[in-house]
Amino acid sequence: MSSRGAPLTRRAVRWVDQRTASAPLLRKTLRYLFPDHWSFLLGEVALYAFMVLVATGIYLTFFFVDSTREVVFHGNYYPPLYGQRMSEAYASVVHLSLATRAGLLLRQTHHWAANVFIAAIVLHLFRIFFTGAYRKPRELTYWLGVTMLMLSLLEAYLGYSLVDDLMSGMGLVIGYSVGLSLPFVGQNLMNWLFDGMFPGSPKLWPRMYIAHVLIFPVLIGLLLGAHLLLVAMRHHTQFRRTKAQTERTIVGVPAFPGQAPRSLGLLAGTAGFLFLLGGLVQINPIWLWGPYHTYSSTNGAQPDWYLGWLIGALRLVPGWDFTIGSYTVVPNPFWGGAAFPLVVFGFLYFWPWLERRFSGDHAFHNLLDRPRDAPVRTAIGVAMVSWVFLVFMAGSADRVNVTFGIDYVSQIWVYRVIVWVLPVAFGFATWWICKELRASDLVVLDRHEAEAEARLARLRRGDEPPGDPGALAE
Amino acid sequence: MSRARNAIVSALVLLVGRRRRRRPKPEDTRLVPALPPNPAAELAVLALLGLSSLSALGFILVYAFGDSLPAETPLLGTALGLAFLFLAAALIVVGLKLVPTEEIAEEYPPHEHPGEQQVIAELVDESGSRFTRRRLFKLGLLGAGGTLGLALLTPAVSFGPLFHVGNFLRTPWRRGRRLVDENGRPYKASDIEKNDFYLAFPEGTNDEEKDQMAASLVVIRLPPDQLRLPPHLKGYDAHGILAYSRICTHAGCAITLYRAPLFQPDEPRPALVCPCHYSTFDPTTGGTVTFGPAGRDLPLLPLYVDSAGYLRAKGNFDGPVGPSWWGVRLWKAQP
Repeated sequence: MSSRGAPLTRRAVRWVDQRTASAPLLRKTLRYLFPDHWSFLLGEVALYAFMVLVATGIYLTFFFVDSTREVVFHGNYYPPLYGQRMSEAYASVVHLSLATRAGLLLRQTHHWAANVFIAAIVLHLFRIFFTGAYRKPRELTYWLGVTMLMLSLLEAYLGYSLVDDLMSGMGLVIGYSVGLSLPFVGQNLMNWLFDGMFPGSPKLWPRMYIAHVLIFPVLIGLLLGAHLLLVAMRHHTQFRRTKAQTERTIVGVPAFPGQAPRSLGLLAGTAGFLFLLGGLVQINPIWLWGPYHTYSSTNGAQPDWYLGWLIGALRLVPGWDFTIGSYTVVPNPFWGGAAFPLVVFGFLYFWPWLERRFSGDHAFHNLLDRPRDAPVRTAIGVAMVSWVFLVFMAGSADRVNVTFGIDYVSQIWVYRVIVWVLPVAFGFATWWICKELRASDLVVLDRHEAEAEARLARLRRGDEPPGDPGALAE
Repeated sequence: MSRARNAIVSALVLLVGRRRRRRPKPEDTRLVPALPPNPAAELAVLALLGLSSLSALGFILVYAFGDSLPAETPLLGTALGLAFLFLAAALIVVGLKLVPTEEIAEEYPPHEHPGEQQVIAELVDESGSRFTRRRLFKLGLLGAGGTLGLALLTPAVSFGPLFHVGNFLRTPWRRGRRLVDENGRPYKASDIEKNDFYLAFPEGTNDEEKDQMAASLVVIRLPPDQLRLPPHLKGYDAHGILAYSRICTHAGCAITLYRAPLFQPDEPRPALVCPCHYSTFDPTTGGTVTFGPAGRDLPLLPLYVDSAGYLRAKGNFDGPVGPSWWGVRLWKAQP
């Protein structure tokens, strides 16, 4: 112990507490319990990818020019584009990628982080759904999470569009067309938002930019804060790994010292993984695509994976507009680009309510289900996931056509059938498997109970020396 | 001299010397269980931290000397990635081998706090006890809040024209306007060959105007006897030369695929295809949809060949250009 009075730790804690009165809160925070399961880390990975996104994104803002003013490219570092007309925005990203040191690393890491961010959110959502973690009292946490997923998709789409390369322009005009197809309001809405018919006015880019770097990140950040606060207020859910873990008692590793180095390690690991990807695995080489003009497009374009389900849906819908006489009520892109995601997100939002309504389960839940414990929920979840996944696969039919030579039109017709049939089949199969697994669980449980009883009886008679006391507890 | 030596020695002691053992606390008052030291793990953590510093340093060096290196981005990414991964490894060894990770049991927070709920409800109710016309009051509050919210949103109307949507129908095409290529060179009818397709704009448009949805065309030539144009499109072709809007009526992408029978023996008919969602239009029948998600025919621009052999527009498109909106079929393209 130091001779100059209290040790450093104590003096530091005292300094903070005297100025913030936060010692009770801090103490509680340090001893906050984290039940242990690998799947609980998925949400954390999303959080850390978000941090990497913000950090790399801040760097990118220093180099990006949010203007569609037309310039002629004069960068002699990339001859194929020399002399081409393009927007300042695109020219600035080409310059950032090819003539700014570490620029390409930061841009590619940003792009990879967006992909990993949304992948982590989706896997986290699967975990939450299939274990019933969204049930009372955690519905709010869940709804905030679903909202963040939606905002993240829009945010990623905005970032992709801002570059103004050929691919991003094709993505933007598709988004515009989906907006235009909204019944009754679409034309006015898009005319208003784009300040005129596509490609809109010069005001559009600064608006998209401020939405991408300020409005959406702040919204996501605020919701993220509320999400984490709610998790902490109600505490984590847990699986029933031991008898000590009940609806009333949580068992876990405290935030400090046990959980802190692991979580920080995961943060550093996520960042390291993303920088490795950003440095070693090329993503979206925008200088190869060239600038966007409304009259140019390219074959074989694919969006980032998280928008693949929408391109699949847009391609699958048969070619008709919903019309009454010569009055067009619902133009075609509405079904694949708006109605489909609305149904999926509507399902996600309403599911906790639907389940409560039909199961009559209004109780508090701190213990998680295993997927087999709730066969109906698991079956419906699997059906929904396979529905979206098959539509996603349909989006790759053109690549399958090029790679394997399978006729595109036939593929689309097959998908038009199986996206409805297979999910139902998968749902029933899942339900049956869950039932069987539960039944086999019961057999094992019965056997264990019977064995324990028999052993106890033998023990009472004194036939057998007492063995492992833990065996009895089973 | 000796002072310098003293400084170096004390620096070394500070750096690598082990901390003096505190007087051990009696076991039963500890909050965190006491575990024996683990020198191997400690050494591993130190080594990993050292590797992390080296990698970070490497990143700075690659950045500084990037000009003379063959692959700057992979090296930068590897260095920075490894710096983070070594740090991650160090932290995980700390978590698994050096700090106690015992599990603790604790009560979940109570489901609810009836006492507090009661107090809050009473506070709210009693504070409002002087209000006698409550329903009217709520209505007034709602009205004020709602209109104020509306007022704050009103400036957003300036984003763009909300109601003036006439621009959706306007096109730069007039009777007599020549078709030119990307460099402004007018097309002659003889330039348009079979089994090929051409990008065309109205003569005299600047680069910005070329990006308007109604400006660009896809021009093809078909044998006149193959044409089966419906009655209202009779005479839109100029000796088999057809000029369709280049913008797909589904989702607004440019139609940059032309499937001519020459290239695809198994496809008996020519087709204009959009590569975004593979909407397929039959140019022989006036741009009708034969496959894919498009719901509306591709607009066709009537053409004629002038006495000098140049291609000119005979009028305007037979329908609105670009992706569809509600009521799109009620309108006509306008000059």
